[in-house]
Amino acid sequence: MGRAKALGGTLLFESLVRKRDFYAGGLMTLLGAAVTLDSMSYEVGTMTHMGPGMFPLMLGVVLTFIGILIFGTALVTPLDPDESILPKQKEWRGWSCIIAGPILFIIAGEFFGMAPAIFACVFVSALGDRTATMKGSLILAAAVTFFGVLLFSYVLHLPFPIFRWGHH
Amino acid sequence: MVETALTDLWYGFGVALEPQNIMWCFVGVLVGNMVGVLPGMGPLATISILLPLTFGIKPVGAILMLSGVFYGAQYGGAICSILLNLPCHPPHAVTCLDGFPLTKRGRGGAALGITVISSFVGASWGITEMIFLAPILVVVALKFGPAEICSLMLLGLLAGSTLARGSPLKGVAMTVCGLLIGIIGSDIETGTPRFTFGIPNLYDGVEIVALALGLFGIAEFMKSVNQLSEVDTKYTHIKIKDLRPTREEFRRAVPAMFRGTLVGSLCALIPGTGPTIASFIAYATEKKISKTPEKFGTGMIEGVASPEASTHSSVQGDFIPTMSLGIPGDAVMALILGALMIQGIVPGPQLISEHPDIFWGLIASFWIGNIILVVLNVPMIGLWVKLLTIPYKYLYPSALFFVCIGVYSTNNDMFQVGETILIGLIGYLLLLLDFHPAPILLGFVLGPRFEENFRRAMLISRGDSLVFIDIKNHPISTFFIALCVLLIVVQIYVRLRKPKALAEELKMNADPNAVAPVEP
Repeated sequence: MGRAKALGGTLLFESLVRKRDFYAGGLMTLLGAAVTLDSMSYEVGTMTHMGPGMFPLMLGVVLTFIGILIFGTALVTPLDPDESILPKQKEWRGWSCIIAGPILFIIAGEFFGMAPAIFACVFVSALGDRTATMKGSLILAAAVTFFGVLLFSYVLHLPFPIFRWGHH
Repeated sequence: MVETALTDLWYGFGVALEPQNIMWCFVGVLVGNMVGVLPGMGPLATISILLPLTFGIKPVGAILMLSGVFYGAQYGGAICSILLNLPCHPPHAVTCLDGFPLTKRGRGGAALGITVISSFVGASWGITEMIFLAPILVVVALKFGPAEICSLMLLGLLAGSTLARGSPLKGVAMTVCGLLIGIIGSDIETGTPRFTFGIPNLYDGVEIVALALGLFGIAEFMKSVNQLSEVDTKYTHIKIKDLRPTREEFRRAVPAMFRGTLVGSLCALIPGTGPTIASFIAYATEKKISKTPEKFGTGMIEGVASPEASTHSSVQGDFIPTMSLGIPGDAVMALILGALMIQGIVPGPQLISEHPDIFWGLIASFWIGNIILVVLNVPMIGLWVKLLTIPYKYLYPSALFFVCIGVYSTNNDMFQVGETILIGLIGYLLLLLDFHPAPILLGFVLGPRFEENFRRAMLISRGDSLVFIDIKNHPISTFFIALCVLLIVVQIYVRLRKPKALAEELKMNADPNAVAPVEP
């Protein structure tokens, strides 16, 4: 009896950790709780004269409550056998290239100027596509850099030097 | 009433026909039509990218252009659905069902022709509705005190988050997150920095451009990378003369068009039910009243005409609560409202009297824009069809560059770019967890005004939180709160009653790809 119950418990737990709503609810509950706690550090005030902490406090409580409700739906809905929080195809290369592009834009833009920033951003993010080639990405990056500099530097006069050296 | 509206509209045409305004309107609809056609780009991302570029333009031109992108994209989206069976734009997902079979039978051109006519009919009705309805709403709304404004915003937020895509519970969670992001920065009354984590760059709050581009730019690119297959261009050779429908097709499409328009304009009046829901309801209605419902899905012209008319009438109608009450119905409207606020214009019922050039100019530009779109779509159909073949692998890196430089140009500050990357990562995580991030923008845009009015209402009522349901002194506020309660009760009831049918419908809504199985 006890063992069966324990087995049921682990099964429930195992199906639970594969559910999206388990994480979704957990995330919202944690976020709500954090907001609630943090808003106490501001002046809450009274209902008539609300301080800066009152509105966030209310939102924090509401969010915690909704988080628990979402968590609850994870308990009652049956498990979809395919369910997993990561998508079926894991595009680590695509994801990291898309994030790396803008990061390189910041670094190259701070130290070398607009043209290198555009080139680095487009080149690296283009490599995220599985069929992308070095040559194709280089050509795309060069073309976008050319038109980008033309548009933003010469037409829109964005105060961002085309080339520069070192941090400013 | 009618007479003043017509005089104002005449004035609006004067504004919209100024050379620079007509140019911005043209740029807007052209860009909109283009991104509508491109698989993998949507009006949300495009409007966010263009938003920083409008800072230098006068408010009227900026709003005309950004709105043009929105309704222009609807014209383009239909091309994508009908010829490629790719429901890349949710409002047009349902058009695939009968549009693509028509294309396979060689009547794709006629379907597109009918689409252009239906779109124009739907849009015209939506605009007319706005001309007469918005001023009436304003007269009522100007009497609102803080309590009424608060309840109305609550209704708007609740409707916007529960009636849209996905689970209503998660929608509400996203709205609350949006409200919280709106809090970041200095408190309006006391100046206390809230949730700034000690970073001075955050004292002015999160930049709307960074938020929108993170959620609808970076996060969307992460979702779509390597997911869009190469498009099949077998059916995309369409010439102008193919657009003409036969007399029989036209005869069947016209009544469907008007029914769709009616559905769309009704949906526009309910906050939160945007063009996507309108098009689904229109299609379902059409199928229900048809004598041959079993033929739907095999290429019925009614199944194209009705949802398209409905989408367009709802798209134009969406502007009614946004421009007259300052309450946006969906994320696109929230962005347009954000654009107004960046230009220093306070949205709300006073907008029409304080900035008649924006309001009436916008309405007049809708007519002009829709006419431009009809003209653009008929002779240039060949060019639009060519755009369909641009692969996503060239699109997203270029778009990513626009995202970076757009965010940078808002304050000439690299910090914002970093902010966008972080928001994008969080946005993708939320997408993985089945959250739809659109309501975040709604909460973010309305948040500060909501808090301000809430505080004021409480101050006036001396801390009595029952003021919102005080039926004697605040009947309007009570009415809005009652609607909120009704909305929640109906949601719970529907969910407990028909979980299976609803799940299917939701699946269709949440995942437009599920609607149209890809056929060889």
